[in-house]
Amino acid sequence: MLAVDVKDLVKNFGNIKAVDGASFDVHEGEIFGLIGPNAAGKTTILRIVSTLLQITSGSVKVLGHDVIKEAEKVRQLISYLPEDAGAYKNLTGRVYLEFIARFFGDGGKTKKIVERGMEIADLGERIDDKVRTYSKGMIRRLLVGRALMTEPKLAILDEPTSGLDVTNSQEIREIIKKSVKRGATVLLSSHNMLEVEFLCERIALINNGKIVEEGDPLRLKKKYRARNLEEVFTKVVS
Amino acid sequence: MSDLGNIVKKEVREMLTPTTIVPVILVAFLFGAMGNMIGGVTEEAKKKPTIGIIDEDNSFLSAIVTGVLREQANVVYSSTNGADVSEGLQKVEEEGGAALLVIPLDFSENIYENHPGEIHIRWIMNGMGTMDLVPTQVVNVLIQVINQEISKKLVEENSPVNPDVVINPIAKSETTIFKGKEMVGLSPEVISGALSSQSITIPIIMMMIITMAGSMVISSMGMEKENKTLETLLTLPVKRNYIVIGKIAGSAIVGLLMAVIYMVGFGYYMQSFQISGVNLADFGLTLGLQDYFLVGLSVFATLFAGLSLCMVLGTFAKDYKSAQTLILPVTLLAMISMFVIMFKDFGTLPPVLKVIMFLIPFSHPMMAMRALMFDDYLLVLGGIVYVVIFAAITIAVVAWIFKTDRLLTERTKMRKGGAKFLRGLFGRFGR
Repeated sequence: MLAVDVKDLVKNFGNIKAVDGASFDVHEGEIFGLIGPNAAGKTTILRIVSTLLQITSGSVKVLGHDVIKEAEKVRQLISYLPEDAGAYKNLTGRVYLEFIARFFGDGGKTKKIVERGMEIADLGERIDDKVRTYSKGMIRRLLVGRALMTEPKLAILDEPTSGLDVTNSQEIREIIKKSVKRGATVLLSSHNMLEVEFLCERIALINNGKIVEEGDPLRLKKKYRARNLEEVFTKVVS
Repeated sequence: MSDLGNIVKKEVREMLTPTTIVPVILVAFLFGAMGNMIGGVTEEAKKKPTIGIIDEDNSFLSAIVTGVLREQANVVYSSTNGADVSEGLQKVEEEGGAALLVIPLDFSENIYENHPGEIHIRWIMNGMGTMDLVPTQVVNVLIQVINQEISKKLVEENSPVNPDVVINPIAKSETTIFKGKEMVGLSPEVISGALSSQSITIPIIMMMIITMAGSMVISSMGMEKENKTLETLLTLPVKRNYIVIGKIAGSAIVGLLMAVIYMVGFGYYMQSFQISGVNLADFGLTLGLQDYFLVGLSVFATLFAGLSLCMVLGTFAKDYKSAQTLILPVTLLAMISMFVIMFKDFGTLPPVLKVIMFLIPFSHPMMAMRALMFDDYLLVLGGIVYVVIFAAITIAVVAWIFKTDRLLTERTKMRKGGAKFLRGLFGRFGR
């Protein structure tokens, strides 16, 4: 079964066509990257897959469930990490994880989920400090922990390393890879082509709301005789 | 443009936004409305009060009384027969009058025998607002004028009357009829003073609860957007209705807690003004268990309706700052209800204002306690039914907004006209 099945997806905001007939699919157990410049439509697609936005036309299915008609079922299978997301500033990291974990189980199950979240976030003793005292990197690690602690069938990560330094970015990439080994599927977006090359088994290049190319990074580099994905993207768009 | 001019232009542009202008306009509007009301009180005071007179005494001194009254008041009923009280009251009531004054047979005799002459006043009280009491106050001023005129006459006559009686030749015995209840020995001012908690304290406390709890809801939405936590919340496996109701309930608890703290302080403050010492229970003005239940229900339903309205407004908040502005329409509505109830009773309002007051959900708990004291169950029950319907519709609107893109994109699928209307109404508030 496909983890994500997007067909002829169109999303309009008034007169603006944010997504223009995009189609792609993500297989179970893979890391799939959406790559494109700002305002290409990446976040809109991720928000639609995450049941946050309605669609103008086309269809989107997550593990066989329609994101519009079966939104509540889809929400039980996914975990979404928005770009620049925050956490409740007056809660401690631990209490924040507990708050989220309670939606996924009671008692012992909640405890296990929180422990997993704390392990992924790896904030040490700072987990008991208020979120308002965290650095940007610490908040992002907490949020990645939050997103992956529930062991979602599909993790949707929008710019997972956005604004982080090299060390933090590397750690988060490792965390993402580990989660896939545990059985998750990851759909992510990124500007960072190096990150995408390192992480993704397959990618889709998106420009002006359209998927302009799709495949695994190695094949695409070969096809366009490019040294890296940046060159691939430039050649495809031009 | 000079550098200085450039900086000034930038500063003005930054500061002169709808977020800064709208509150000022709303406050100006509120002051204007208050000015109109106060102007209304002044106008009311200038009007001749409508009264009835029964002069059983028919003497030289009672002629002074009736003379002053005929000159200074609009006398709609006049008789010399003490048996005509019921007829007189009916006539005065029909004409929307304030009182029936009865000058008893022994009026002059008492004065000349060194006892103040008693005038029996049957007050017809229409409401307990400040403006409702104006005709009563005007009649009381006329009694003082009469007192002086009789005093003068006694001095001119070199009457051998006791000086104390010469200075104060008149005494009043008062009975007030209000909403079918006859309260012997009480004047409208005393009743109004004793019920001031219903007239002033409850509306103020209700306004505080609505404003505080409402502010919590709207700020919570603003903070969710500012801290970018809303998107996460909306993708969790939890029903959207639970998010809506959870936010409303949480804010209601915090708002109520804060209001209780204020209420304790404000209660003590208001007690210091209560000097009447009248036990309202002696006149049947008490609330039973079912009345308190109805008041509680009215408060709860209104709080829920108000907070649902705030949730609708909260969806327009872009951040914490814009959320603070969005509470203003709710505060304004609550303040309108509060001021109108302080100035006028629901029953004495002009029809248009009655409709407006009924439509503002916040009016109902403000009026409930007073209405129940006078057994006006129709108004209270009707109000509760209306507020529950209002809350249900508003929650349905919020639930609908939560299912659209509105929360994240500030856009909703809507027909052109509707979208334009809503943008005009709220859209700019949040900017």
